[in-house]
Amino acid sequence: MGKATIIPFGPQHPVLPEPLHLDLVVEDEKVVEAIPQIGFVHRGLEKLVETRDYNQFIYVAERICGICAFGHSYGYAETVERLMGVEVPERAQYLRVIWHELSRVHSHILWLGLAADAFGYESLFMHCWRLRERVLDIFEKTTGGRVIFSVVKVGGVVRDIDAAQLAEIIRVLEGIKQDYKQIMDAFLKDSSVMNRTVGVGYLSFEDATNLSMVGPFARASNVPYDVRSLGIGAYGSLSDFEPIVDAQGDCYARMKVRALEVLQSIDIIEEMIARIPSGDIAVAVKGSPADGAEAACVVEQPRGECYYYARGNGSKNLERMRMRTPTSQNLAGMVKALEGCDLADVNMVILTIDPCISCTER
Amino acid sequence: MSYATKSPWVIHYDGSSCNGCDIEVLAALCPGYDVERFGIINTGNPKHADIFLVTGSINEQNISVVQEIYNQMVEPKVVIACGICACSAGIFHDCYNVIGGVDKAIPVDVYAPGCAVRPEAIIDAVVQGLAILDEKSKALKAQKKGA
Ligand code: SF4
Repeated sequence: MGKATIIPFGPQHPVLPEPLHLDLVVEDEKVVEAIPQIGFVHRGLEKLVETRDYNQFIYVAERICGICAFGHSYGYAETVERLMGVEVPERAQYLRVIWHELSRVHSHILWLGLAADAFGYESLFMHCWRLRERVLDIFEKTTGGRVIFSVVKVGGVVRDIDAAQLAEIIRVLEGIKQDYKQIMDAFLKDSSVMNRTVGVGYLSFEDATNLSMVGPFARASNVPYDVRSLGIGAYGSLSDFEPIVDAQGDCYARMKVRALEVLQSIDIIEEMIARIPSGDIAVAVKGSPADGAEAACVVEQPRGECYYYARGNGSKNLERMRMRTPTSQNLAGMVKALEGCDLADVNMVILTIDPCISCTER
Repeated sequence: MSYATKSPWVIHYDGSSCNGCDIEVLAALCPGYDVERFGIINTGNPKHADIFLVTGSINEQNISVVQEIYNQMVEPKVVIACGICACSAGIFHDCYNVIGGVDKAIPVDVYAPGCAVRPEAIIDAVVQGLAILDEKSKALKAQKKGA
């Protein structure tokens, strides 16, 4: 064994998609320890609840992360609604799930593209991002925005999707599904991709549960935990929902779980559209959260479970708003998975947890 | 500007953005908008880049990183602030950890507004940046001749 050397990695690095800094302790070409340093994206937006009222804060919540923007506005709205005892109309709940699952489709395809880039498949990366544009087109048609939608409000949603548009979504998704299946084969059956990912960055079931990993990262280590199976909101009406798991615990398994979840999400959207009830899309919300009232909520974001907590103080502004995002949870597992991997695999391992640093640091 | 004399290479750094603008920067390079067909390539190396695309606002932690990348870039160079966060810190302007827009750290040549900034706006900004790049390189040449 050679002498230990420390290699600084990031925050700006050719292979890094996110501003994260790691001190990699390496012996020869093996990583023995990874020490993360974060804080490059910290804005301190939880404190903004003191200056924005609970209706305005939803636009801040949405900008925690531009990839799961919808999920954050959805989670925040759901929490405040629980805090104030607001009953959201059923149609709005269905619409929220449709948009939320569409976000997952776009987020996972985006991630698959970045993964392809990480193992050197430049044109596969481009194919993924081209497919993703079609999901963004749906967003643009239904909400007006490509990445930030501002379509949720406390008490419901701002816009309805009419029957013609719903039919259009089904049609577009069918097309996406056909093309996606071809791309998926490239990821899951290509021998060079497998050489690069199978057995790399292993995380055991024990480690995943001890470190409380969430999302696809945990599910790839055989932890069958998915918030959607709790049946919150319209998820409760799904005919059946089984979290997608894999027992391998390596980079390949994480890729496979995400790849299959895209198809699962498309199925969910189709089922939601088939069943969506008619009715109002929002209720009027009056008054303020009571002093000392507390509420919490969990949402399955594309990257895993995100926990929201809110406390009222009798005024229009919340006393405290707190969220624990999936990546801040998963960083511990990432450090674990990095131990013992080759230096050249570091970017692959980092990427397969799908880190979202702006969520983590807020 | 009648025609561009070169295809610029860009470098992208995510200040403290919410990722919304970052994925739009990437989307501008990818199919759909596809500026790569004009030879505009995203590089990770500051020494190779002509245009610096910054997303997100400046805070205590990343100010030195942004300045470092800017200083490493070779003259002539152009800085484009992508998104309202990079222009003026936008919705986060009164956060305790946010200093302000990118111009608080380095000189900015073009501001591309929007939250999130649309790929069309980025492309428009890059085209404006190209004209500025041309001017700067002319000025540099003139300076060299004079010296
Ligand atoms: S301008 Fe908007 S989308 Fe862009 S980084 Fe800032 S908050 Fe996010």
